[in-house]
Amino acid sequence: MVATTAPTEARIWELLEEVSDPEVPVLSILDLGIVRAVRVEGEQVTVTITPTYSGCPAMGAIATDIRLRLLAEGYAKLAVANQLSPAWTTDWMSAAGRAKLTAYGIAPPVDGTATGHALHLFGKETTVRCPLCQSANTKLVNQFGSTACKALYQCQDCREPFDYFKCH
Amino acid sequence: MPPVMPEVSPEQTAAAAHAPAVRQLLFQYVLQLADTSLVLGHRLSEWCGHGPVLEQDLALANIALDLLGETRSLYQYAAALEGRGRTEDDLAYLRSATEYRNPLLVEQPNGDFAHTVARQFLFDNFHYHLLLALKDGPDAHLAAIAEKSVKEAAYHLKWSSEWVIRLGDGTAESRQRLDRALATLWRYAAELTAPTATEAALQAMGLLPDYDDLAPAMQAHQARVLAEATVPVPTVAPFAQKGGKEGRHSEHLGYLLAELQYVQRAYPGLTW
Repeated sequence: MVATTAPTEARIWELLEEVSDPEVPVLSILDLGIVRAVRVEGEQVTVTITPTYSGCPAMGAIATDIRLRLLAEGYAKLAVANQLSPAWTTDWMSAAGRAKLTAYGIAPPVDGTATGHALHLFGKETTVRCPLCQSANTKLVNQFGSTACKALYQCQDCREPFDYFKCH
Repeated sequence: MPPVMPEVSPEQTAAAAHAPAVRQLLFQYVLQLADTSLVLGHRLSEWCGHGPVLEQDLALANIALDLLGETRSLYQYAAALEGRGRTEDDLAYLRSATEYRNPLLVEQPNGDFAHTVARQFLFDNFHYHLLLALKDGPDAHLAAIAEKSVKEAAYHLKWSSEWVIRLGDGTAESRQRLDRALATLWRYAAELTAPTATEAALQAMGLLPDYDDLAPAMQAHQARVLAEATVPVPTVAPFAQKGGKEGRHSEHLGYLLAELQYVQRAYPGLTW
């Protein structure tokens, strides 16, 4: 397919909103906050993304999905570049993304705890609200969950186990 | 479909900033870091499906995955620093045990869960504090990799510290297993902070942190965790084992690489 119009940065951003995180499909990659830059020079489109976790297997799939979405619009001169620094943080997740996560049954990262990487080894655990019944009476089951970005919690009131998109 | 990369990668740009002699030293060092994370990540992945409980099986696999992710970034940079056209895969799959530069600690077999926890704790306490220093270091690309990985290493250290406490201050059985693991593995820990000629040269240039500067924070954390675990600090340092960072390995690494490299050795150039 040949693009009917030349790419513009605004159009590319619109299309990126349609690319979802393959492991948390309710989130677009813009909600997730991993798109750092879009550059358009003539026909050439360069999208710069930041990995969430170093070993996240979704990053390869996301780069492919970006290319496929833009190719489907006829934009063929594409590059997807990786940028490590500044390191991705859950602080970059959009408010819309947080709301979508809660509706999907995953507790969103708690605001204001993602900056830095202090150990807090013996510190108090963050209070994470149950995404189903909103209770604050929840318990950390495992700091490492079903994917690199999630921890496993259980609600002590409704007893439901749930994923927490952990602060990073 | 592999992503189309810009013609000059960020790794190549970073490598070009160094004089050729420095580039070679950095290549050796970044390779050492990559080998270390790969070998430990592989060891941890051996637990997959065999963890003591499901949650800890997941934790071990997650930590392995983080380490493999760090490994890839490091090998990509190492390949650019070497500048001879080798790729990250060539470096991981097509070097022999004597070419590997990981310290002996990380190639030691998993043993029981306490043994794996003790090995992880000794490594994490070094890894976390090293990355903290590297992320503020003068090599911008290494700093970027460290900035990314230190957040993950903090979770790892938290996990292994909590398990040292739980096993040490747990039952008589868990305690004697932890004691045995620490007595066996302690002698390998000193190699982590004993500079090789390569590391010493890079430290003299200010490209690497002086390991003596990391020691106070490492010792403070270790003392705090062992005290909480009611475990006295082991003293077996006179029998310190080293040589892995210079390619002199224990018998265990060959078996590990035989499994890790099997497909590329048996079917050279095979791709998925």
